[in-house]
Amino acid sequence: MSKGLKIVVLVKQVPDIEKVRFDYEKGRLDRSSAEAVINPFDLNALEAAAQIKEKIGGVVTAVSMGPEQAKDALRDALARGADEAVLLSDLRFAGADTLATSYTLSCAVRKLGAFDLIICGEKTIDGDTAQVGPEVAEFLGIPHVAYVDEILDISIAEITVKSRLDGDNYVVKMRFPGLITVTKDANVPRLPTLKDKLRSRKAEITVWGMKDLACLDEKQFFGLQGSPTGVAKVFAPTSGKKKGQIVMGTPEEKARRIAEILLKLGASQ
Amino acid sequence: MNNVPDAEGVLVFAEQNNGLVHPVSFELLGKGRDLADRLGVKLSAALLGHGVHKEALELVYYGADVVYVFDSPFLSMFDPVQYAKNLVRLVTETRPAIFLLGATRLGRSLAPRVAAALRTGLTADCVDLDLDENGNLVQVRPAFSGNIMAQIKTKTRPQMATVRYKVMKANARDPRRKGKVIVKEPEVLSDTGIQILEKTAVGGVNLAEAEVVVSGGRGLKSPGDIALLKELAKELGGVVGSSRPLVDAGWISRDHQVGFSGHTVKPRVYVACGISGSPQHLFGMRDSDVIIAINKDASAPIFNVADYCVVGDIYEIVPLLVQELRKLKAVKNLDERK
Repeated sequence: MSKGLKIVVLVKQVPDIEKVRFDYEKGRLDRSSAEAVINPFDLNALEAAAQIKEKIGGVVTAVSMGPEQAKDALRDALARGADEAVLLSDLRFAGADTLATSYTLSCAVRKLGAFDLIICGEKTIDGDTAQVGPEVAEFLGIPHVAYVDEILDISIAEITVKSRLDGDNYVVKMRFPGLITVTKDANVPRLPTLKDKLRSRKAEITVWGMKDLACLDEKQFFGLQGSPTGVAKVFAPTSGKKKGQIVMGTPEEKARRIAEILLKLGASQ
Repeated sequence: MNNVPDAEGVLVFAEQNNGLVHPVSFELLGKGRDLADRLGVKLSAALLGHGVHKEALELVYYGADVVYVFDSPFLSMFDPVQYAKNLVRLVTETRPAIFLLGATRLGRSLAPRVAAALRTGLTADCVDLDLDENGNLVQVRPAFSGNIMAQIKTKTRPQMATVRYKVMKANARDPRRKGKVIVKEPEVLSDTGIQILEKTAVGGVNLAEAEVVVSGGRGLKSPGDIALLKELAKELGGVVGSSRPLVDAGWISRDHQVGFSGHTVKPRVYVACGISGSPQHLFGMRDSDVIIAINKDASAPIFNVADYCVVGDIYEIVPLLVQELRKLKAVKNLDERK
């Protein structure tokens, strides 16, 4: 194998959250209302991989699970610096929650062979769970650092990152193999060049189904069957309107009234 | 799949930092107590850290029947591998039916590892928990950036969930409450592949804990106008918050962001200045005790959640408000001196 790192980036195709519409009556989103895009947080993961590759060399493989059309997200990943792409697609993968998704992804990573670093986005914009990264790490028996804001140092053996957990900044050194999830603060994803876009359009994308994964004896862990959680009901957030008091008067009167209320509430220094 | 028919009881992960329990854990004990009482089962807490024994009783005071303490220098700081290993062992031993963790970043980094190791379901960032008629946990969480809410149920045991900070209510601390503290022998790895080289408090604004928040939104015309909010916040002994557009525009740092992708706040007073009130913003502040909204547009959705609605220009109202506050305080001080 060539010098440098073997990096795997996990990506997901999601509906464009800026454009998607919600059918509140039926309590679900109208998938036809928005095009599918690569999860925006994954762009930071791809950029991190690209920067590492530029610095110390390596091969970047993008892996995604989804239907045939998720190839578009992988083409986007290829245009943004990934060298290879693998789509995990099988009807029996459908209906997966985070546990089954993570399990399927971890099987694929095992099949890819030895790797150094897995990079994920902080979370996906649709599911919003941030669970797949750490779950994949657990399934693979490797350490992880979540919410990485900055990669401080990297060598062929280990990575040093800054990660913010709530009120604290952690500087963590992790030996390979390991997994990180990166935040939007980690970098500024570059735009793919037209040449890269054209190249990615013609690129070969490997597709693996269940029979290609080395965990065939564990069918019960894939897809809907392997998903312990299920959505029982979906609904619109409650509007819960309050009957607020309208403060009337001239601007001066309004300000005075609010000032009195604030003082009564004890909100003053 | 991991079906444990005899699973029983509610377990709460007691998150600590520098030896002090995070308030979200007290909130989880409040909700956990309610669930445990309705199910007629015990409420336990797991406390991992170093030199944390004295905090164990606090967990009892806030509602735990049993506290499991894992004390080791290897657990003093958060290493997801060490923490997950010990929690997995405890769950395997004690077989709770429900296992709750705070949806802090720490909790959201830790919980998935535990869930994967136990091969059980995990629901992220819940804002409500309930029981169905069969005693199964009903987990309510937002999806699609808060645009829809979903009720999730879990087939496996334990039913795991991370729960958002500041949405559940802690019970009042009761130092007469009795409970059992059980010291466990931690199982630690000498090398997990992770080495924490440094841990430093971020400092800066503490939005989640603030008693008074003065927030600005799109109604502000230039980055310099945040000074307006600062002045009012200073007068009220509060901190400055913001809706997402100001953060995205780089006018104010992300620590100040209130809303779905920022902080959830529950202050005594929330003053919304020039904020229209997107569902995502309302999500993060609607549970404030008193909401005062100032906006030019009388139809702004923020007025639907406000207790006091001021239709007006923030550039006019806010400086007047600061003036009035100063005047009233001066009068008050004079009265007190008399």
